[in-house]
Amino acid sequence: MSETIFVAGTGVISAIGNNISECLDALKNSRTGIKHMQRLDSVHKNKFPVAEVNLDNESLESLTGLSSLKSRTALLSLVAAKEALYNAGIENFDNLRTGFVSANSVGGMDKSEFFFTEYFKNNQKGRLCNVVNHECGSITELVAYQLGIKDYVTTISTACSSSANAIFFGARLIKNNILDVVIAGGADSLTKFTLNGFNTLMILDEQFCQPFDENRRGLNLGEGAGYVVLVSEKVANTLNKSPFIKLSGYCNANDAYHQTASSPDGNGSFLAMSGALKKSGLKPEDINYINLHGTGTQNNDIAEGSAIKRLFSPIYPKMSSTKAFTGHTLGASGGIEAVFSILAIQEGIVYPNLRLQTQMKELPFLPEPNFLQNLNIKHVLSNSFGFGGNCSSLIFSKI
Amino acid sequence: MYIRATGNISPQHTYGHPLFLPELVEYVDNRLSCIEPDYKGIIDAKQIRRMSRIIRMGVASALECLQEAGIDMPDAIITGTSYGCLEDTGIFLSRMIEYNEELLTPTSFIQSTHNTIGAQIGLLLQCNNYNNVFVHSGFSFESALLDGIMLLREKEASNVLIGAIDEITNISHSILNRMGLYKQNRISNKEIFKNKSKGSIAGEGATFFLLSNESSNTDYAKLIGLRTFYKPQKVEDIKKEILIFLEENTITLKEIDLIIIGKNGDEKLDRVYDCLQSEIFSQNVIINYKNLCGEYPTATAFALWLAVNIIKFGKIPKAIDYNGVSTSKIKNILIYNNYLNKHHSLLLLSECKN
Repeated sequence: MSETIFVAGTGVISAIGNNISECLDALKNSRTGIKHMQRLDSVHKNKFPVAEVNLDNESLESLTGLSSLKSRTALLSLVAAKEALYNAGIENFDNLRTGFVSANSVGGMDKSEFFFTEYFKNNQKGRLCNVVNHECGSITELVAYQLGIKDYVTTISTACSSSANAIFFGARLIKNNILDVVIAGGADSLTKFTLNGFNTLMILDEQFCQPFDENRRGLNLGEGAGYVVLVSEKVANTLNKSPFIKLSGYCNANDAYHQTASSPDGNGSFLAMSGALKKSGLKPEDINYINLHGTGTQNNDIAEGSAIKRLFSPIYPKMSSTKAFTGHTLGASGGIEAVFSILAIQEGIVYPNLRLQTQMKELPFLPEPNFLQNLNIKHVLSNSFGFGGNCSSLIFSKI
Repeated sequence: MYIRATGNISPQHTYGHPLFLPELVEYVDNRLSCIEPDYKGIIDAKQIRRMSRIIRMGVASALECLQEAGIDMPDAIITGTSYGCLEDTGIFLSRMIEYNEELLTPTSFIQSTHNTIGAQIGLLLQCNNYNNVFVHSGFSFESALLDGIMLLREKEASNVLIGAIDEITNISHSILNRMGLYKQNRISNKEIFKNKSKGSIAGEGATFFLLSNESSNTDYAKLIGLRTFYKPQKVEDIKKEILIFLEENTITLKEIDLIIIGKNGDEKLDRVYDCLQSEIFSQNVIINYKNLCGEYPTATAFALWLAVNIIKFGKIPKAIDYNGVSTSKIKNILIYNNYLNKHHSLLLLSECKN
């Protein structure tokens, strides 16, 4: 039951790159992926910048072999999951008990939007192939099939904390001796549904977002996917390159304050972070870097910041929100940021919190504005907080 | 694991009903709708107005379950829903398309997310504990159940609230109808297993359970095992999975007093069950349940509710069309369900030995 869960591989696609090395290069060189909206066909095109993956569905098809007619979410998911599996280099994959635990927030909504445009005119119209993968679970199954997963598939959807929950559910499947290998994370593509939804909440930034800045105005939406390959100790011992990172802590807590707003003192965030620390047996001062949830909204950043103050005061680790690079990728964010957290340990680096100008007046700390390297990063805390009060934190550690 | 309490809003008289399904509520339609309680007195009037139908059903069912268990604050709230909050998703989508992305209001968007029901329960209880949501078609409820079982095993929780919620809306019904999931002829739910035809009847439900790793004196039943398997190629593979499951739980088919199967009246999909019935299940007492609740991805939750109540009441209810002779006491129940022959699940329950 107390078995260590190793990270054998990672994979990512986001607006700053189509794989690990491209994303890393952008992170190291402060290159944001947020731009003028290009692919999403929305009337708000000129109003809200977004962070779109720099490939159209046809290019994603040639990269993955999955039809470009399928949901973009499945295409993005497959790119990152394949990279993670390839990087893990598990030779006897087919003989192991394998699972795919994926997260997303709106399933195949990008295609459903096409369907419903016709359907609402006449309910006998609209091509069914565009709505057949509407369900979140369909996206997971399309990808699981391509990956050759045979033993277990499931999908988690807890808004913006979805893929953090997927990752630690995957870890628990290994701990409970149900599976040997789990590919876990999440994916989301940009849709008009979510863009308009966030617009009604008036939390979209018309400029490039500035997480944890006193003058922050809101978030920019993004898209992408991020996965980790988690393996048991038994599998880790068979790998050519032995993994040196483990998932050492995790916690899921609920803010129970409001359906969409965080409590001002970030109680849920505090419980998630402190719970993850407890699980890992680490103290706050052991954490070298926090990959913040840091959406750039007034509400999130003050809630998260207050919780960090309560937990870490007076010594603060380095911290930054990489959403200033990737936008808020919703159901994918926990997966993408888990990958970035792992890379921070592997590379000994801390990412800059881009566009940070003014420290928040309520907080005694400032996230890291610059790219830092040659550090010894041993423990990274990754935060994912979502609507519905769903707060989850993960801790990755060097072995 | 002990099942201490249940809550169930379904197309039958299951909510707040002291009698155990004394008669089958008949539907001569391919759509079975939940019989909803009067929510006044269950949920605060101001909150009821804001909640959509699926949220009301989910919250009321969860509250009934907790009340029966005598637990104010569960250690975890885990929900499973395949389709999520369809009504609000439909409202937001239709307005977005009709008004060309302008003049939209946030309420339906906020309530469209799949975690809305779990979150509302957490909010109502002021429960800061573990809260998770599974959204994987015919595995949504089974995944939630597995999550809960693991939390209890890990000693991260001593009691967990687990539920499944899915609704039919006019939009989803018309689309799934076009996909050929439902019967095109008008037929009573009493007749679906007698007159076979293409398609099933649409169902929905909000069903909750309180699972605990410690026994109380009022538990319904013990949950012994859960196994899921995905897209088996042949009936032989299904048989194999069933036998592995029984072996894992050190029980034989002979010791199973009752099997609840997920036939849904679709002539093609039911063949799998027919095969099992004429082969490995041939010596067992078997009952169907989808004529009561209809077919939907989280229908196994209704089957589990039925099973634990059969153990609790010690009888098969009158609403179930059952030809077998009532034999000895029902101690062990096996549930075998598949959703569209893709998502297969097995559940094993036993009576609590006090």
